[in-house]
Amino acid sequence: MHGEQTSQLQPGIKVIHVDKKFGKVSVLKDITMEVKANEIFGLLGPSGSGKTTLVKLIAGMAEPSNGEVYVSGVRMPNLNMLNNIGYMAQSDALYSELTALENLAFFAALVGLNGAVRKQRIEEVTQLVNLANFLKRPIATYSGGMKRRLSLAIALLHRPEILILDEPTVGIDPVLRKSIWDELRNLSQSGTTILLTTHVMDEAEKCTRLGMIRDGRLIAVGAPDELKQSAGSQSLEDAFLVYGGVRK
Amino acid sequence: MRVRSLILRIVRQFFRDKRTLALMILAPLLILWLVALIFNGNTYHPKIGAVDIPRQIVTRLVNQGAVVESYSSNAAALNALSLQKLDAAISFADGVPHITLEGSNPSKSKTVLLLAQKVLLQPANPMPSQMQPPVIRYLYGSANMSSFDNFGPVLIGVFAFFFVFLIAGIAFLKERTTGTLERLMATPLRRWEMVAGYVVGYGIFTMIQACLIAWFSVGVLGMMMNGQFLYLLLVTLLLSMTALTLGTLLSAFANSEFQMMQFIPIVIVPQIFFSGLFSVDNMAPWMRRLSEIMPLYYGADALRNVMIRGKGFLAIWPDLCVLLAMSLVFMALNVFALRKYRKI
Ligand SMILES: Nc1ncnc2c1ncn2[C@@H]1O[C@H](COP(=O)(O)OP(=O)(O)OP(=O)(O)O)[C@@H](O)[C@H]1O
Ligand SMILES: [Mg+2]
Repeated sequence: MHGEQTSQLQPGIKVIHVDKKFGKVSVLKDITMEVKANEIFGLLGPSGSGKTTLVKLIAGMAEPSNGEVYVSGVRMPNLNMLNNIGYMAQSDALYSELTALENLAFFAALVGLNGAVRKQRIEEVTQLVNLANFLKRPIATYSGGMKRRLSLAIALLHRPEILILDEPTVGIDPVLRKSIWDELRNLSQSGTTILLTTHVMDEAEKCTRLGMIRDGRLIAVGAPDELKQSAGSQSLEDAFLVYGGVRK
Repeated sequence: MRVRSLILRIVRQFFRDKRTLALMILAPLLILWLVALIFNGNTYHPKIGAVDIPRQIVTRLVNQGAVVESYSSNAAALNALSLQKLDAAISFADGVPHITLEGSNPSKSKTVLLLAQKVLLQPANPMPSQMQPPVIRYLYGSANMSSFDNFGPVLIGVFAFFFVFLIAGIAFLKERTTGTLERLMATPLRRWEMVAGYVVGYGIFTMIQACLIAWFSVGVLGMMMNGQFLYLLLVTLLLSMTALTLGTLLSAFANSEFQMMQFIPIVIVPQIFFSGLFSVDNMAPWMRRLSEIMPLYYGADALRNVMIRGKGFLAIWPDLCVLLAMSLVFMALNVFALRKYRKI
C-alpha cells in the first residue's frame, strides 16, 4: 500500500470533501479537514451552522451525501470502529427512570466492559465528573449540569481513542469546567484524539486547533493564535467575524 | 451479551414504571371481568303488559320467565311502554293476539317474540302425535353456552393484542423521542440486537400477561375451555408477540405518544371487527378477505378452535405459523426501519 491509502491508515480523523444534504437542504458543503492524533480540535460556529451534523458524520451515526470520513484510517460509518469512539451528544440521552449507576452500567456493557473492569471504570469516570455521591439517584432527579456530566462520564467509560464531544461543558460551573478541561488535556497527552464543538470563545482558546464553521462551510482552520494573527484581530470573536466576511 | 444488557435495562425500566406495568398486566383482566359480568348474567326476563288476556295465557307467560303486569286498557299499556316500563304489551282483538313491542333493543324484542310464540302458538297447533320432537345434538358447544363463551376467546386475543401493542410501541417510541435511540446508534449495538432486545425484554412481560389472562379467563371467569390450557397459552403468547413486533415497528411512523394513539382506530379497531366478534358473512367477499392480513383474525380463530371446539395442535398450527411469520416479518422490517438512525 502506498500514497493516499497509507495516509488514511494514520490515527486521527480525516474528512474529505464532505457534503451533507437533508432532502434538498444542503447543511454541510465541501468540508475537508483533519484532526491529528493527540489534538484537541474545536469546532466553533454559530447555532445552526452544522457542527452537530458534522460531528455525527464522524461518529458514524450518519452517512455523508458526498465525500469520505475516516477515523483512525477506517472509512466511516463502521460498526467495529464505534468501540473506539466515545460520543457525547448535544442533548443528554439518558434513561430517566434508571439511576446514574444503572445508566453507566448499561452503556458500559454495550461497549463491552464487564465485571471488575466495568466497576473500576465507572468509579473512575464518576470521580472525574464529581458524581460519585449521586450514583444511586434516578436521573429524573438530576439537574441539567449533572446530566451533562453523566453524559461525559459515559463517553469516557471505555477509554476511547477518539473522543467526540458535542458542546460538553454547557451548564457546567467554572470550577468543574476547569477540572474537566484538565482531564481533557491529560487524555490528549496520553494519546486520545479529541474533537469537540463549542460556541464559547474562552473555551475555544484552549483547543490545540480550531475549525471555524459557518453556514455549513469551514471558513478557517488553525491554532487560536494563528487565526487571530492572520485575521489581525485581538480576540477569536473578532477573527470569526473577519473570516465570516462580516468585518474587514 | 449486548442484547442481555439491553433486556436487563428494559426489565428494570419497566419495574420502575409501576403504573404501566399495572396497565399491561391488570387492565386486560379488569375488562374481561366486566364483560363477563355483562354477558354472563342470567337470562333476561322480559316485562310484558297484559291487557285483558286469558288467565291461562298469563300463567304460561310467567312460567316461560316473563314478568307480567295487567293493564286495564290498551292506552295505559302503551303509555307504560313509551315510558320504557315494559318491553311489550299484549292484547286480544277478535281473538287475535296483538303484540306491541318497545322495539329499541332488538335482542329484547327477539326474547319477547320467542316467548310469545311459544306461549301463543302452541295450543293452536299442538305437535302432531305421530311426529316425535327432534333430538338435538351439539357438535361443539352446548345448549347452555352463553354468548360470553362464544366471544370470550376473541376478547382474550383482543386485549392481549391491544395492550401489548400500545405499551411496547410507546416504549420504543420513547427511545426515539428522548434521543436515546440515536445515542445507542453511536455504540456498537447492532440494529438487530436492538430489535431482539426489545422483543425479549417486553416478551417477558408479554408472557406474564398471557399466562395471567389465560388463567383468569378459564380459572376465574369460568370461560368455556374444551381444549388444552397449554395451547391457549401458546396462541395468546404468539399473538402478543405479533402485537409487540407490530407496535415497535409502527412506532417508527409516529412522532409522539399522541400519534401512536392514532394507530388505535387504524390498526386495532378494524381487527376487532374482523376477528369474529361480529359476523362478516354479509360483507362483500373481497372486503372479507381483508381479514387475511390481520393478526387478530388468526389468533381469534385459533383461540376459538382450542377453547370452544377443544381442538389440538393439528387444528391450530396453520394459524400459529401465520402469527409467527408475521412477527418475524415485522421484526425484519423494524431492523430495516432503524436504518433511519444508522445505515449499518
Ligand atoms: N435531521 C435533519 N433534518 C433536516 N435538517 C436538519 C437535520 N438535522 C439538522 N438539520 C439542519 O442542519 C443545520 C445544522 O444543524 P446542526 O444541528 O448541525 O447545527 P449546530 O451547528 O450543531 O447548531 P447548535 O449550535 O445550535 O447545536 C440546521 O439548519 C438544521 O436545521
Ligand atoms: Mg449542535
